[in-house]
Order: sequence, then structure tokens, then C-alpha cells
Amino acid sequence: MGIVKGDQMVLNIGPQHPSTHGVLRLKVVTDGEIVSDIEPIIGYLHRCFEKHCENSTYEQVIPFTDRCDYIASMNNNFGYVVAMEKLMEIKVPDRVEYIRIIMAELNRIASHLLALGVYGLDVGAFTPFLYMFRDRERILDIFELTCGARLLYNYMWVGGVSHDLPVGFVETVYGFLDYFEPKLKEYNEILTYNKIFIERTADVGVLPPEVAISYGVSGPNLRGSGVKWDLRKDEPYSIYERFDFDVPVGEGTVGTTGDCWDRFYVRMLEMTESAKILRQALKDLPQDGDVHQAIPKKIRPPKGSIYQRTESPRGDLAYYIISDGTPQPYRLKMRSPAFTALSVLNEISRGWMLSDVIAILGSLDIVLGEIDR
Amino acid sequence: MIVDRLIDWLPTGVAWPGLTFIVAVILCAVPVFLFIAVYALVAIYGELKISSFIQDKVGPMGQGVGLHAWRWGLLQPVADALKLILKEDIIPSAADKKLFILAPFIVFIGAFIAFSALPFSQTIIIADMNIGIFYILAVSSLGVIGIILAGWSSNNKWSLYGAMRSAAQIVSYEIPAALSIVVVIMLTSTMSMQGIIQYQSGLVWGFLPNWLLFNNPFTFLAFIIFFISGVAECNRTPFDIPEAESELVAGAFTEYSGMRYAFFFLSEYANMFVVSGVAAAAFMGGWQSPIPGMFDTPGWGLFWFMSKSMFLIFMMIWFRWTFPRLRVDQLMDVCWKGFIPISLFNIFGVGIWYLLVG
Repeated sequence: MGIVKGDQMVLNIGPQHPSTHGVLRLKVVTDGEIVSDIEPIIGYLHRCFEKHCENSTYEQVIPFTDRCDYIASMNNNFGYVVAMEKLMEIKVPDRVEYIRIIMAELNRIASHLLALGVYGLDVGAFTPFLYMFRDRERILDIFELTCGARLLYNYMWVGGVSHDLPVGFVETVYGFLDYFEPKLKEYNEILTYNKIFIERTADVGVLPPEVAISYGVSGPNLRGSGVKWDLRKDEPYSIYERFDFDVPVGEGTVGTTGDCWDRFYVRMLEMTESAKILRQALKDLPQDGDVHQAIPKKIRPPKGSIYQRTESPRGDLAYYIISDGTPQPYRLKMRSPAFTALSVLNEISRGWMLSDVIAILGSLDIVLGEIDR
Repeated sequence: MIVDRLIDWLPTGVAWPGLTFIVAVILCAVPVFLFIAVYALVAIYGELKISSFIQDKVGPMGQGVGLHAWRWGLLQPVADALKLILKEDIIPSAADKKLFILAPFIVFIGAFIAFSALPFSQTIIIADMNIGIFYILAVSSLGVIGIILAGWSSNNKWSLYGAMRSAAQIVSYEIPAALSIVVVIMLTSTMSMQGIIQYQSGLVWGFLPNWLLFNNPFTFLAFIIFFISGVAECNRTPFDIPEAESELVAGAFTEYSGMRYAFFFLSEYANMFVVSGVAAAAFMGGWQSPIPGMFDTPGWGLFWFMSKSMFLIFMMIWFRWTFPRLRVDQLMDVCWKGFIPISLFNIFGVGIWYLLVG
């Protein structure tokens, strides 16, 4: 696109803009509507997460992880505690493992619902957003029931979880699943297979698998490009190897493999898979076991380091922790999946129109809290 | 018609003969303005409530204090309007002040003067011109000048984007809309709004009212094209790219606030009514009753015209809360590669139909 090269104009999208999903600034060089270069400028939400961790004890880090990817706090907690438990060689009770899986998968559904709903907004469809928020609300209610918090849970602790499951929890989640699974059809009818939506997203912002891999893109964005890579399957942590689920990948159903529609639809399918995992976990959930039993009195890991990857709803979330034997980490590094996803934006948006840039950015599902940390 | 009668009724022989005409026009303009204001409040309430039904929420329900608290939130739009009036009127320091102030008026005038040729009933029409429908098509595109002025004078890149998109869009969609109206004029052989409606009396196919919509397949197609182009001219979803919220913040209106913004808002709703009114008059029989021979007094005529127009407005609101937004080039494709060829073919088809069937 763009045969004649006209004068270029620099347009700043953000930091305050309805579609940058947070305080992100995109310095866009445009030729009329056509975008020739994008420079994402980050750091507006920088809170020195990693430096803070060096001055906090290990248990004090957990609330910080909540605030990184605030859409999927459970998964962020999960990654950190899995890393810590590996470093300290703690074996947690089965019940705790199951509770964690249930929470992580519920949060994955909640996170995808938000991502897909907001994506609808990005391409101008208002109603699907409210449908998905309505259903996300139920998940937040379940979290509130469990730990009292709706967004930032501080639920998973090293060696256990903060609260045992409340009475009636299993029935509530079953009720939610029975309600939720038919709703996916509704979303598909109103948004996924809408003609205009397909026009807007099919073939737009194609992310070829080799580019995705070379940029380190992971999670649904990578799977949307047709690469079957899911840490829950390929490098199982916690007890994910016990569950039977598929890893959906983009197949280019309505356009090219790796376009915005594929990234969107992969998330839609992942919600089904999460629901599948949830049903299995609820069935096998051990009835007894003290969730506080394995929590160490004093968290003082031996000297050494650990790099633990987990699959957050945004992709490959990893913690690198160096311990010098004191109660505070010597260094803590978080590998943010949204950060790598944002880095690929310029590569796949060049030559597309301004509206497409918004659509592509939305399909990458970034969370600025995690990018800036 | 009303304006003619007023001129007859007003005392003549004043110092300056033009004065009678001016007084008559003002006497007509005030009720039209009031009508637009009241209708806009109703339409906004409708928009709030219909979107709530579609989106599984309740909408304004009369919570809180003040105007909002009245039953079913009926005064919510009044409260909204009051808020806009009381808000600070901000003119950016870098803006071209004169044009910035002028723009909302031009946009509103475009929508406002089109009302003078809308046939509300057999007797209620401000001026039944012999080129009525042509006049409406002509003046309703005035608004685009205002939008370009707004976009340019705001001195803001978003506004400029919105204005350029809007100009391209409205100018393009004028063409299929006008070409669809040509079909109407061919059949009715008049451009007077009342004449077009009078043509649509009686029955067609033995049981359907003789609305042009049902007259033959080509007119049905023309109606669809006219209505969709009308939605595009009003900048409503799925064609709302000029003010695409998620891309351009608020398009050409980004820098406007308070009453000036309210005027753009009012014009959008007034435009919706003009488009729906013309579609109702030209294709759905205007004030003609759906059961020919019954309920056809002027009072019922007003009722039928308003019902048909409001139904089309309901359709627009329905579109808005259901569809995503098209991209600017796709929007142009729909117009230039889809609607215009079909409209041209339509004119040809109607001609053949007219020759063969009559």
C-alpha cells in the first residue's frame, strides 16, 4: 500500500488515549492514513518493581507481582511461587496444587474475556465488551468469595495459598462453568463471525511464525501464528501434566495464519480449554489437606538462582531469582510476555492504516503494568 | 405550505413587504427548533434504553438525586443537556477562533433547514417546494463544510483526521443516496415531497400498501441503498469512522466542549431524523396509512410519519450497538465498488420495469 510517498506526519497516540490499553505512547509516522513507522514509548507506568524486590523480603514480593499484570494477578503469583518453591525445594500438598490450577485457569478465562471484549471496543463494537465484562464479573465474584479481593489477590503464597476454599466453592465454579460455556457461542455470533469484524481483522497484521519466534513472542500471540507452544504442555510445571487439554493454534480460518483474527480466535478457544481443565481439577480436587501446612516459617532460600517459566494468559512469564542466602532476593528479574509482544508491533504494523494499528495493538493484548513493571 | 399560509395570515401593507416574509419564516423556525430539541431528547433516551436492552444492562433507572431520579430515568437526557449547557466553553489557544466558533452552527444549519421540506402530515409541511427532495439532498450536505471547518480550525491532528475522513465519507455517500432518489423521481415524476407521497396511495400486488418500497424489486434495493447511505451520512456506526472513538478520540469534535459540542450532537440526531424522514416519505409512504382508506386524517398522518421515521431511527440505533466499525478504505470500497454500480444498474432496471410493467 502507499505507492506515492507524500509528506510524513508524526502522530502521538497516547499516553492518554482510549485504545492504548494503559499509559502507552506510540510515536507513529504516518503518510495520510498509512503508517510507515511506529515507535512504542514505554515507562509511563514504571514502578521499579525489580529494584523494589531487592529491598523486600521474599513474601513481600508477592503483592508486587499482583500489580504487574493486574488483569491476571493469580497467574503472576503462580509463576513467582512456583519459582520460589523450586528454589527452596518445597513440596506443596496436592490440594494446594489443585486450588492453584483452578485459580490460574479461572483468571486465564477472566483475562481473555477482558482482552477479547476490549478488542471488540478497539474495532468499534461496543456490545460484546459488555457481555464479556458481565461474565468476567462472575469470576471476580468467585475470587472475592475465596480471598476477599477482586483484582489484586495476593492469594498464592510460597508453599501454600492464603485462604482455604470457602464452603460451596466447588458448586459455585461448576455453576459458573455451566453458565459460561454456552456463552462462548453468543460471543462468536455477535463478534467472531461478524462480517465487518472479519473484514477488519482477517489478513491484517500478519505475524509470521519465524518473526514471532525471533522476537520472542509467546502465548496466544505465538499460537495465533500456528506454533504449537504452550508451557503447560511442553514444560509442565505444577501439576499441569495431569490434565487433558488441547493447545489451540491459529489456522488462518478466515485469512492468513497469524492475522489479528487468529490471535483473537485462539484466545476464544483457550477459554474452552481452560474450562476443560477447570472441570477436571474440580473433579479431582482433594477434599482434605491443610493449605498452610507447607508454608515455611522463614523464607530464606539457599544460595543459588532459578529461572522458572510459566504460561500466563499473555504468554511466557518467567522469574529469574538470585538468592544470596538472605531473606531478600539479591536480584529478581521478570520476563514479561507483553513486553516482547509490544516489540513486534512495529514489524507487523508498517504499511497498514491507522485504524489497523489500533486493531493490531489490541490483538497483541498488552498490559502496561507488566511492560513497564 | 405553513409558511405560505402564515404569509397570507399576517397583516400586509407594512412599511417593508419583506418583513412579513421574515416574520413568517421565524414563526416557522422556532417550532422546528423546539421539535428538534424535544425529539433529540427522546432519541437520546431511546438510545440509552435500547443500548441497555441490547447490552444486558438496565440503563437510566432513576437513581440518585435531582433530574436523574425521576421515574425510569426519563429526565436523564434533560440532565445531560443541562450538563452540556453549564459546562465551560473551552476554545484552544492555538485554534482558529472565528472558524472554531462558526463550525457548529454550519453543521447544525445543514440539518436544521432540511426540516423545512419534511412532510409531517397532509397539512404540516413548512414549504412544499416543487423541488423538495432535491432541496433536502442539497442542504443536508452543507454539514460537511462545518465538519471540515471544525477539524481544521481545532488545530489538532485527531480533528484533522476526523474531518478529512468525514469529508470523504459524506461526499461519497451522497452519490448513491441521490441515485436512489432518482429511482423515486422516475416513478413518481415529481420532486415535491407531497407529490411523492400522494403517488404512494392505494394498494400494490393486491394486498400491500402502494409504498415505493414494495412497488418493485428495484425500488426495494434503492430503499436499502438509500438507508445505508443515510446511516453513513449521519456518521453512525458502522460508518462512524470520522469520530471513531477508539482511534481518533472524538474525531473532528475532539477539541469541542460544552454547548458547542452539544450542537454537533444535536445535529447528528437531527440528521438522523432527516434521513429517516426522507426514507419514510420517499419509500414508506410518508403519512399514508399502512391500511389504505383507514386512519388517513391529517392527525393520523402525523402519527404514521413519526412512527415510520422513529422505526428507521430505531434501526440506526440497533446497528450502532451491534456492529463493529469499518475501516476507512473498506468504507470507500463499499460505496464506490458496491453501492454506486448497483444504484446505476437500479436506475436502468426501474426504467425497464416502468416500460414493461408500468
